[in-house]
Amino acid sequence: MSNVPMEYYLILSAFMFCVGVAGVLIRRNAIVVFMCIELMLNSANLTLVTFSSYLGNSIGQVFVFFVMTVAAAEAAVGLAIIIAMFRNKMTVNIDEINIFKW
Amino acid sequence: MNIQLILFFILAAIAAVTSVMMITRKNAVLSAVFLVLNFFSLAGLYLLLNAQFIAVAQVIVYAGAIMVLFLFVLMLLNTDTEHKLFIDKKAIKFFAILVSIFVFVQLAFLIFKSNPSRTLTPDEEASINAGTIQSIGHMLYTDYIIPFEVAGFLLLAATIGALVLAKKKFE
Repeated sequence: MSNVPMEYYLILSAFMFCVGVAGVLIRRNAIVVFMCIELMLNSANLTLVTFSSYLGNSIGQVFVFFVMTVAAAEAAVGLAIIIAMFRNKMTVNIDEINIFKW
Repeated sequence: MNIQLILFFILAAIAAVTSVMMITRKNAVLSAVFLVLNFFSLAGLYLLLNAQFIAVAQVIVYAGAIMVLFLFVLMLLNTDTEHKLFIDKKAIKFFAILVSIFVFVQLAFLIFKSNPSRTLTPDEEASINAGTIQSIGHMLYTDYIIPFEVAGFLLLAATIGALVLAKKKFE
């Protein structure tokens, strides 16, 4: 662990976060947008684990545990919403799912 | 070059390439498979960081449970209109890439400016100790007992919410 500089992990995490941002903006498939959000959550997890490990303190890993819980809950509810939307609109294109617009 | 640095570069390359592949594939199922690969390489990086419990939880929860849910929903919904969903507007693509590069430059500037490895002296012993399930479990059941209970309640609420939302018709 101590042979790899900490910045390498942080840069990788930042890169993955930015790829997730680009994915949310580019993709129109609601499920893929959800997957990009999972990617961003994971990059945040990598930062937390990096700091936790280099500080020798397990609080960061406890937070990662909570992030995983929230991600699981978010995926379950989000996919249920997508299924309900698909039943009404027969599409997962987020440009056509604009029922809050009038 | 020591073994840790080599392993880091291999895993980081896999993670970076699969994340880019994930957002550029037109087929959503392929995107999901690349995301699973990305999660596995992240689990390897967690092992490299001495976080054993998080690495195992990453494989079980993310690669095992969440991605299976995603693939399941992808197969339930039809994917033959997939090519029409992929955006063709050059302007939005350009804007998205510009925004993400801007965010990346900001983050990289912050990381190199603060230079955290200058002030932190990593302690291998403490790091190994922090990653064990024993110390994480001790934290969870003493200092973080209320967040832990709230997380359990959140999972219950999410289960009920998902059932209600995905029911045949909701009134």
